[in-house]
Amino acid sequence: MIDVLQHVVVGPFRDIGSNPAFFGEVVIGGILAGMLYSLVALGFVLIFKASGVFNFAQGVMVLFAALTLVGLLERGLPVAAAFVVTAAVMIALAFVIERVVLRPLVNQEHIILFMATIGLNFFLEGFGEMLWGANVKKLDVGIPDRSFMMAGMQVNQLELSAGVIAAVIVAILAVFFQKTRIGRALRAVADDHEAALSIGIPLKTIWVVVWSVAGLVAIVAGVMWGAKSGVQFSLSLIALKALPVLILGGFESVAGAILGGLIIGVGEKIGEVYWGPLVGGAIENWFAYVLALAFLLVRPQGLFGEKIIERV
Amino acid sequence: MSAGNGTGRPLLAVNNIEVIYDHVILVLKGVSLRVPEGGIVALLGANGAGKSTTLKAISGLLRTERGDVTKGTVEWRGAPIHREGAADVVRHGIVQVMEGRHVFEHLTVDENLLTGAYTRPGGDALRRDLDLVYTYFPRLTQRRHVRAGYISGGEQQMLAIGRALMARPRLMLLDEPSMGLAPMLVAEIFDIVARLNREENVAVLLAEQNATIALKYAQYGYVMESGRVVLDGDARTISDNEDIKEFYLGLTGVGQRKSYRDVKHYRRRKRWLS
Ligand SMILES: Nc1ncnc2c1ncn2[C@@H]1O[C@H](COP(=O)(O)OP(=O)(O)O)[C@@H](O)[C@H]1O
Ligand SMILES: [Mg+2]
Repeated sequence: MIDVLQHVVVGPFRDIGSNPAFFGEVVIGGILAGMLYSLVALGFVLIFKASGVFNFAQGVMVLFAALTLVGLLERGLPVAAAFVVTAAVMIALAFVIERVVLRPLVNQEHIILFMATIGLNFFLEGFGEMLWGANVKKLDVGIPDRSFMMAGMQVNQLELSAGVIAAVIVAILAVFFQKTRIGRALRAVADDHEAALSIGIPLKTIWVVVWSVAGLVAIVAGVMWGAKSGVQFSLSLIALKALPVLILGGFESVAGAILGGLIIGVGEKIGEVYWGPLVGGAIENWFAYVLALAFLLVRPQGLFGEKIIERV
Repeated sequence: MSAGNGTGRPLLAVNNIEVIYDHVILVLKGVSLRVPEGGIVALLGANGAGKSTTLKAISGLLRTERGDVTKGTVEWRGAPIHREGAADVVRHGIVQVMEGRHVFEHLTVDENLLTGAYTRPGGDALRRDLDLVYTYFPRLTQRRHVRAGYISGGEQQMLAIGRALMARPRLMLLDEPSMGLAPMLVAEIFDIVARLNREENVAVLLAEQNATIALKYAQYGYVMESGRVVLDGDARTISDNEDIKEFYLGLTGVGQRKSYRDVKHYRRRKRWLS
């Protein structure tokens, strides 16, 4: 009994202490993976806040963006051009979704809109495969998948670039939301869409903007993930990882999506490396869900669930 | 029902509109009214009479509540606008300040005001208007960087009006601005509205249950009851007429609201006798 405790509680921490550089590598790996979760969750949060739609198709949007990019690269487009065209495709998709899905269903129950996004999910999946084929593709954006030493730690160059890009995207989004006219309008719509309408903010425009932003974020997530493990159907499954992130961070909080993603990314890596061997591995697969479940029990509104302002 | 409010072409004309919610619930059964350029017009009536519905039919907000103008027209300077979306109506110069204030609670006071100018290009004019709003509502100045959810009810009402003002409207539709506020504060807000009307030439259509205060500021009034305009006339005429006050507005001679039950009884008896 004492022996088991010794193994579970003391052992892993002794391992951490005995090789801090390796621990650092694990944490960095976790942060980089977590940033991906954050990006996908961010797409969810944006759409949920601005239109109250729980977008089931977010994961497939990531896959679709990555497929489009790879397809264009395979047809010989330079990397920069391929990115621009993919971005244009995702923005066009936002227009189509607003026109074909959201506008006809405006003022319907949330569950109906949710079901519409399930439809969208299957459509995009099929459409993407029809256009670009279903086999696993390698995505090469010109950043080598090599490691180098930094402060005594092994750091993967591809992962590091991905992390930096994700951080930059998040910073740009933060400025966009806080400082620009459209960003302010987006927050206004998220707060009270009828009041937003009453001062002339057109909801249609706002929806196109949020779905476009979610589409652009999907490109980044798709590229980062695809460059690491190839572009294939399983890419759309990272959306499943975004769900616990959302529960942790709160469905309406941008900061929560980012932090939630990082916590889950780092937590599952540490769990896997130090505690994994004790239970035969695969902690990475369930850690996020168990953490989310625990959160649902103690803090269902999430880390940063929007404060409901109560005035006295 | 006559709509003889002013001569010449009015700024806004509502012509015999019918409004249906959810395809089946008939709420307005032929409402007509006019607002002249630069005027203040009161729209009175008890709770549920159809005041808010009338304002929403004008501003285009009806559609978000699954309501439809099924008959009649709304004309802005002579051109029909009842088929237009809410955003387009704002661009024409009509802004509604909704019942219950509806400020953006998680945005600061400053941000709320800036959002009000969404339909306009940015730049110096916008900065000037922001300062102008703060001079009309000095109470908001100290609250500039506070989230709107944390300011008082009176301040929220001021903010809602200021936010509407940022769109540079020619007509403001005010829905129950006095609701839930202390009389002193109500007077303060109405005074500011009257100044905006004079100095900025903003016409006002004012929906109120509080007829006493509304008629003090308005030149003309319409009284609604269950989806119809049951009478209209100069503000003076309406407020001097004891019968009207008791019968339609639920006010006694001293200007206090009678209890709902009293009014009901009274009304029933009168109907029965006639
Ligand atoms: N969205 C809606 N759907 C159905 N009925 C409504 C809706 N909004 C208001 N009503 C009904 O229309 C009538 C008039 O309401 P309203 O215009 O809000 O009156 P007022 O503003 O004068 O209190 C009421 O009987 C109310 O129940
Ligand atoms: Mg009302």
